[in-house]
Amino acid sequence: MTGIIALYIFMLAAFTGYEVISRVPVILHTPLMSGSNFVHGIVLVGAMVALGGAHTPLEKTIGVIGVLLAAGNAVGGYVVTERMLEMFKSSGARKGPKAGGSH
Amino acid sequence: MEPDVLSRETLIQASYLVTAALFILGLKRMSSPVTARSGILWAGAGMLVATLVSFLYPGMTNYELIVPAMFAGGALAWWSGKRVAMTDMPQMIALYNGMGGGAAAAIAAVELYRGENTGYATSTLAVVGGIIGSVSFSGSAIAFGKLQGLITKSIRFSGQQIFNMLLLLAALVLGAMVAFNFNATPPVITAFFALALLLGLTMTLPIGGADMPVVISLYNALTGLAVAFEGFVLNNAAMIIAGTVVGSAGTLLTQLMAKAMNRGLGNVLFSGFGDTGGEAAAGDVTGSLKPIEASDVGVMMAFASKVIIVPGYGMAVAQAQHKIWELCQLLIDRGVTVKFAIHPVAGRMPGHMNVLLAEAGVPYDLISDLDEINSEFETADVALIIGANDVVNPVARNDKSSPIYGMPILNADKAKNVIVIKRGKGAGFSGIENALFYLDNTRMLYGDAQKAGAELIQAIKAVG
Repeated sequence: MTGIIALYIFMLAAFTGYEVISRVPVILHTPLMSGSNFVHGIVLVGAMVALGGAHTPLEKTIGVIGVLLAAGNAVGGYVVTERMLEMFKSSGARKGPKAGGSH
Repeated sequence: MEPDVLSRETLIQASYLVTAALFILGLKRMSSPVTARSGILWAGAGMLVATLVSFLYPGMTNYELIVPAMFAGGALAWWSGKRVAMTDMPQMIALYNGMGGGAAAAIAAVELYRGENTGYATSTLAVVGGIIGSVSFSGSAIAFGKLQGLITKSIRFSGQQIFNMLLLLAALVLGAMVAFNFNATPPVITAFFALALLLGLTMTLPIGGADMPVVISLYNALTGLAVAFEGFVLNNAAMIIAGTVVGSAGTLLTQLMAKAMNRGLGNVLFSGFGDTGGEAAAGDVTGSLKPIEASDVGVMMAFASKVIIVPGYGMAVAQAQHKIWELCQLLIDRGVTVKFAIHPVAGRMPGHMNVLLAEAGVPYDLISDLDEINSEFETADVALIIGANDVVNPVARNDKSSPIYGMPILNADKAKNVIVIKRGKGAGFSGIENALFYLDNTRMLYGDAQKAGAELIQAIKAVG
């Protein structure tokens, strides 16, 4: 990938992110922040590659920490986002049990 | 290159393309309540594809380290993410976000320590991603500590901003030395990362808990950027695209939040909240606090035609959302129109209240945000404020000396009756007295929101 192509990708991705979010209702701000938090969990593949190419003990140690943290970001981000979004239902979808959720 | 290596490379790149598309489509679906649920599944599928295919990288070693580290980190996060209470969501997001920033910084560190000269552009990007990732890592850790109640004080000292600027400058100088390979010895690289981590701490410590939504959102965007920069370093298109999308989406989200609080982002980051004018504002409040019994409130609401509920952080602390919804259902059964009014920064994250209400089972079409609901307060018989404070304080409209002057607020004071459920007589998070509490049409129902909710339910049932 040449530098200029990378810059094009950067620019287009930036516009895409802005467009995708620009019409989002307030009620989804927290799940969406959580969802985008999950998406940057893609850092996991970078951490894998970095550790995969590490040689010295120092590099390996930092690499392991990187993979550990990245996996936490990806998995944790997914779990909490999924839990939050699971709860979003309209009144139409709730005609069943009326008592709502209790503990 | 051998044919096998070539086709593997093609497979990896093609899979990353699919991943990037799934991420963008997933985020798009997450921005509407109807499709939101499927959005995270799409994005999750993308992540799975990218992770699996990355094992195929030609020349990868250390599998015996990669796999256990992945499972350990993943399992811990899975366990904690499943267990955390909905009210504690903001700090968990801060924590996971910080982990991503830390991972980006770790990638930068591995690449820089390895020191294979791949050109100044690449090493500069590694350094920039490293500093951003480090700040996001340590800053998010502080945000977590503050929201979790581990750090209760906002540490401020005179000259703090100058100290932070000097710290940033020093980190940048060391970073430039590393990037341009000028005496880039391992100790210099270590010092660079140490300074960047310290900067995240000193930047975040003085920021008050009320501003944490904005800060978490900002660090989320920063982590995205750091991931994108490390993506350039590793020549990884999936990281560049995903990181940049999150970076720009997160920046927009941060701006929306800062705007809702009527404060510039710089103001949130570089000025302690309530440092100016708070005391002058407190002196202007006249009148007295007028308490009321739950039974009287029950009667008032049972015979109202329209009730608007304004939840705040107090509802989250008391875990009162289930009780409140039970209360609302009783009212709805009696034919009362019930609506929830959510201020954009109520709670500790944008949409924090919506998540809690959704957990309790409140349909999202009963929930309105500030612009939709503000004209309706005039026609409401009762506005029930549950643990909200600054977001309904009318001084934001008319007292220029108040630190929250100009912040858009919910016009709860326009309702015929205002009932405030509140634990004690203390001021809100910003430390400002709330003029709403002293108005003639306001009554105070003292107590924990959970307990008050239960009492109100009894009171309405007693009406019959």
